Amino acid sequence: MEIETEAQVIDREGLDRLLAALGGRGYELIGPTVRDGAILYERIDSAADLPEGWTDEQEGGTYRLRRRDDGALFGFNVGPNSWKNHLFPPNLTLWKGRRGEGGEISFEERTEEVPRYAFIGVRSCDLAAIGVQDRVFIGDGHTDADYEARRREAFVVAVNCGEAGATCFCVSMDTGPRARSGYDLALTELIDEGGHRFLAEAGTERGAELLAEIGAASAVQADTDAAAGVSERCASQMGRELDTDGIKELLYRNMEHPRWDEVSERCLTCGNCTLVCPTCFCHTVEDTSDLAGAEAERTRQWDSCFSLEHSHIHGGSVRNSPNSRYRQWMTHKLASWIDQFGTSGCVGCGRCITWCPVAIDITEEAAAIRATDLGEGRGIDADR
Amino acid sequence: MPAPPEGTARPAAESVGWPAPGDAPARDPMLPSAYLVTSKRQELDDTWTLVLEPADGAAVGEFGPGQFSLLYAFGSGEVPISLSGGGARGEPLVHTVRAVGAATRAICAAEPGEMLGVRGPFGTSWPLEAAAGGDVVVVTGGIGLAPLRLAIERLVAGREQFGSVSLLYGARNPAEMLYPSELDAWGDAGIEVATTVDSAPSGWKGRVGLVTTLIPEASFDGPRTTAFVCGPEVMMRFVSRALRDRGVPASRIHLSLERNMKCAIGHCGHCQLAREFVCKDGAVFPLDRIEPLLGIREL
Amino acid sequence: MRTVDQLLAEAPSFEGMSSAHLELIAGCGHNEVFEPGAYLLREGDPADRFYVIRRGHVAMEIFVPQRGALTVETVGPGELLGWSWLTPPFRVHLDARALEETHALSFDAACLRGKCDEDAVLGYQLMRRFLPVVVERLQATRVRLLDVYGHAGST
Repeated sequence: MEIETEAQVIDREGLDRLLAALGGRGYELIGPTVRDGAILYERIDSAADLPEGWTDEQEGGTYRLRRRDDGALFGFNVGPNSWKNHLFPPNLTLWKGRRGEGGEISFEERTEEVPRYAFIGVRSCDLAAIGVQDRVFIGDGHTDADYEARRREAFVVAVNCGEAGATCFCVSMDTGPRARSGYDLALTELIDEGGHRFLAEAGTERGAELLAEIGAASAVQADTDAAAGVSERCASQMGRELDTDGIKELLYRNMEHPRWDEVSERCLTCGNCTLVCPTCFCHTVEDTSDLAGAEAERTRQWDSCFSLEHSHIHGGSVRNSPNSRYRQWMTHKLASWIDQFGTSGCVGCGRCITWCPVAIDITEEAAAIRATDLGEGRGIDADR
Repeated sequence: MPAPPEGTARPAAESVGWPAPGDAPARDPMLPSAYLVTSKRQELDDTWTLVLEPADGAAVGEFGPGQFSLLYAFGSGEVPISLSGGGARGEPLVHTVRAVGAATRAICAAEPGEMLGVRGPFGTSWPLEAAAGGDVVVVTGGIGLAPLRLAIERLVAGREQFGSVSLLYGARNPAEMLYPSELDAWGDAGIEVATTVDSAPSGWKGRVGLVTTLIPEASFDGPRTTAFVCGPEVMMRFVSRALRDRGVPASRIHLSLERNMKCAIGHCGHCQLAREFVCKDGAVFPLDRIEPLLGIREL
Repeated sequence: MRTVDQLLAEAPSFEGMSSAHLELIAGCGHNEVFEPGAYLLREGDPADRFYVIRRGHVAMEIFVPQRGALTVETVGPGELLGWSWLTPPFRVHLDARALEETHALSFDAACLRGKCDEDAVLGYQLMRRFLPVVVERLQATRVRLLDVYGHAGST
């Protein structure tokens, strides 16, 4: 249940108490931590595991960590993984099957308990991405039971970004830089003459209870002004822009634009973008059995529309050429997603730009097509 | 939960509401039900028809004509196959399967007494009710007749509800025609059946030519006609044009499409044709909904 | 269009037509050059033009999902491309794509249809030149259907 309350403030020790209290309630903490030269969302035990004093430098095809000159705990943007790694794991056993001596077969649903996660440090773009995936897996039609159970259990502590990265464009996609809803708690890190502290806003009853339990103080005007200032500054620093005005119709009428040929000369169809994208949901199933053919298993695995297998039916793949596959990814993300789910599939996190080995930039591609719009002609009729 | 305005280009940050407490959990749609092969008939060199009944416990549900199952061969894999017969409450499921890959070969190798997994029913149906009161033309080629067989049986059963009913069927050669005895039976039951082949050995007395050549002389009144078309996509493309030239409106020409499917519930993303999920928005589509999509290569 | 007059006279397709008719036809035409890979015709488009190929080669294709664009015929210098303009519903049946840099005379078919309606003799003369092309290509296609290069004994 979402609520609105007065803002409060906690200090560094308060954050420690917050995480400990979540652990005490039985949550497994997932938060950002430095590993292998990147900041990843992984299991953490306390605030000591957070990337204190680290920031990330991102650009097209570039990511590296750099030391900050302050002790900020959340002074970075987003890394190569996202919360979908935990809500929609890359590998999941769906069921196990058994074949008896007489050939009778039976199927057994998965019964393990889903983990109870507390997500620490969810950026507003990623919060929006969770909302986008909610519509895919819980919306009308079938519900993915595992996703829904993980989602229902998850406690969300959002963090409002202190600065924007060079590949960020959440402002263009209206997903940030400030989290508006969908969280239990939202923190804004403040380091100024008032000290190193966090403005804390509860978004739900259980968020408010937690703040009360750890003893948060009421925020003063200086705190709320400082937090607003942080977000304003952040909004002005966006490294990229994407004009979303009429973008669905724009891409629908430019399905035969020569830009698709041009970008496919660079695209390796490696699928990195689909791996790091927090909303990409394509997956496949793998059916296996033991050598005796007595036990079988079906697992769900992440998949990518960049693979030839993705569109394969007997006789060959429908999307044979790299340009048709790049076109599929980008037009799904920015255009057909809107018809399918009522929102854009893109949240402006910039990961696809950062993690593309050849630095293909979705904002640049969209701008290029807009600048040389073919106009009406051969394309998808947007007005159905 | 407030939803963002329809078609906004920007995502909403709100989360989604949960099912109300107390709602009965539905059977996991990814979990197959065990079905027994009760009989089997070979149709062509590489094509068999299997009759399936629930092994124990409940049947998967009632099928409309045009809907499909995901058939699972234990340990081999799972494929979408249209229902070719039965499918009503208490009836078995009849599937005609062509062996083209590992999973379909394993399914076609199953003998009576063996078991397969079944998930379903999925997809949209041929809109027979909407066709009542007018003429009906069914145009199909090759194994495309299999997904239409149930619809034709319903047309025969409810014959008086329709004007003229024609079946135009093309095959590569006479040996590859599906259901020859049913074709005769339907002809006797008031369906105008016309067949043709692309090529024939000497001695063949029937028609030779593309299935589109059957359209100009079939007796249906274009503007009052509903058409059901199934076959290779390139064939459906040319047949649709020929039907439009006879005055059949695009909104009343229905095609059955095929795409890679893994889940059949609109979650895995494989079956997408631009904005459409073939598994749940189709496989049966009215032409006016998808015509521009069919005209774009490799979509 | 003086150049077109001369070129038309060279194009075997229109040999024997009166100079008055050639002028009429020339009035509906112009030179066009196509890059390799460019389309001269697209399946489904209104059939409002046809071509006489002067230089280069053009593939007539049907796009088959998963198999790609399959060439069913190629046309070269001196040959006519496009006959859908002569018969209702006046819509192009196949894609036509330049295999190499191709120079063609491009004719406004809608314009010519109008002129044929006014002058039946012109219409007959054009039919006399297009029909043999259709007959020849159809007959050749029928023989190709027999798949005579296959092994003896296969159907």
